[in-house]
Amino acid sequence: MIGHFLFRGLDRGVVVALTVILAIGVLVPAANLLLPPGHPLHVPTYLVTLFGKYATYATLALALDLVWGYCGILSLGHGAFFALGGYAMGMYLMRQIGSRGVYGNPLLPDFMVFLNWKELPWYWLGFDRFGFAALMVVLVPGLLAFVFGWFAFRSRVTGVYLSIITQALTYALLLAFFRNDMGFGGNNGLTDFKDIVGFPVQAAGTRAALFFLSCLLVAASLLLAAGIVKSKFGKVLIAIRDAESRTRFIGYRVATYKTVVFTVSGVLAGLAGALYVPQVGIINPSEFAPANSIEAVIWVAVGGRGTLTGAIVGAVAVNWGKTWFTGALPEFWLFALGGLFVVVTLFLPKGIVGTIAEIRAKRTAAAAAAPKPAPAE
Amino acid sequence: MTEPLAHRALLYLDDVRVSFDGFKALKGLSLTIEPGEMRAIIGPNGAGKTTMMDVVTGKTRPDSGEVLFDGGGVDLTRLDEAAIAGLGIGRKFQKPTVFESHTVEDNLYLALKADRGPFASLFHRLGADEAARIDEILATVKLADRRDDLAANLSHGQKQWLEIGMLLAQEPKLLLVDEPVAGMTDAETMETAALLRRIHDSGKSVVVVEHDMAFVRELGVKVTVLHEGGVLSEGSIDHVASDPRVIEVYLGR
Repeated sequence: MIGHFLFRGLDRGVVVALTVILAIGVLVPAANLLLPPGHPLHVPTYLVTLFGKYATYATLALALDLVWGYCGILSLGHGAFFALGGYAMGMYLMRQIGSRGVYGNPLLPDFMVFLNWKELPWYWLGFDRFGFAALMVVLVPGLLAFVFGWFAFRSRVTGVYLSIITQALTYALLLAFFRNDMGFGGNNGLTDFKDIVGFPVQAAGTRAALFFLSCLLVAASLLLAAGIVKSKFGKVLIAIRDAESRTRFIGYRVATYKTVVFTVSGVLAGLAGALYVPQVGIINPSEFAPANSIEAVIWVAVGGRGTLTGAIVGAVAVNWGKTWFTGALPEFWLFALGGLFVVVTLFLPKGIVGTIAEIRAKRTAAAAAAPKPAPAE
Repeated sequence: MTEPLAHRALLYLDDVRVSFDGFKALKGLSLTIEPGEMRAIIGPNGAGKTTMMDVVTGKTRPDSGEVLFDGGGVDLTRLDEAAIAGLGIGRKFQKPTVFESHTVEDNLYLALKADRGPFASLFHRLGADEAARIDEILATVKLADRRDDLAANLSHGQKQWLEIGMLLAQEPKLLLVDEPVAGMTDAETMETAALLRRIHDSGKSVVVVEHDMAFVRELGVKVTVLHEGGVLSEGSIDHVASDPRVIEVYLGR
């Protein structure tokens, strides 16, 4: 049953994308670890980490495309799920520091010692174990997405109103996590990580492994999302996007479908955040900034809404551009991003992948219409 | 004497009242549809036709009154749209609403009677019996050659038929059809009348709301005239057409 479900998602585009992602996931770490630094194909560790960050963004974009592209839920707060997954991982990494912190307290993270706290808050318990932390990475974003979805979708909040509430959600979390007495490190967040499951986070080998895992997560998310959208469930999502009340009068509980897909999407975003934090070495409240979530929407729009592979392409392309811009012309990045969104909306409404697919479909149709046998596409 | 009537009826509305911000859309509407009956409902704009459908399908909750289904056994005012659809009440909207980015076949596939739960649909596979049912419906609504086309590319009339096909796929006991021939050519109108009669002949109850008198005459069934939220007249088309109150409402303004 599960096998058939996953297999159904494998059309040609998905197979190609999976192959490319997994090849990159293996080749980049190999080029980093096995080739000497002087070799022309050697990939420096800082690039491995940078690409690893792109891979986690790609998963976030996929999660967003699943709800926005297929079910019409424009979430402007998906960064919240990403950041919560990141915080859960960050709490584990903080507890791994142990007595190696500046204040040398074996139990309390530095910021708690600094705040004169005497004991560990109850919600930090258990985070010294990786298994528990991994469970929380899934559970916390998933539960928030489920509860939020349950109330919002049952109340039939849709369209721009829903988008505004998602913005409010992430903004409220931003303000909450800024507060020192929340116990998440306030403004500074969680940082100075030492090791993860026994391996030093800074080591090239750990970085390579994290990069590989990030690529694996993109691939697994793509496989899952493709299976979902090709199933009858996925067809119902598209039906909801196109004619919500028609779907309801045909007998589908629209709120249930939306809640399920929103929860799946929240979990994927949380997993991405959990892999993001050990690679960038810090998680702080700025990850909840509404602008981050809006940026993720732009990645999806650029790559092609409702195409899945487009979300990955868009996330990598825009962030590559961001890296280049913030190095070369830092003050112009936001103008470039805004301009990009306008240009894509006006001239490339289907995004990069959507437009390519459209051109290819037209060619196939033209070839089919032509009387003489055309070369196979 | 209402008890036996409610028990006999497929759909039973008694003294249903609905008001929106003081505007009384339904003022004590009572209506009975028998199993296997086809009924035409006519009335000027604002007579309460669409509100009546909204009440039956669970979109609007009445302020007071009874709405019972299936021999009085089910109180529709307590259920939501999805539950009512699951009971076997299908609704066609005034404006054709099909799933434009799905193929004609997928539109029917989604409408086919099946478990509507999210996990059932996640692992659902199109079975041979379902494929056969889709073929049958495609033939009934004359869209077999458009099977793989996107619904967005159908003509207005074909979208209306596809929507009727989607109703059939649900295998409802009662079809509520809101202005099926609005915007259709004369040929399409007659075709649609024939289609609805065939559906009725297959044993389903059909309620058709319509403005087009020629179409109602073509259907040749009992007619209920609504006016200002209540029933003004009921009977054969010739009976209601000669009713002075109906003439007053339609022509007297």
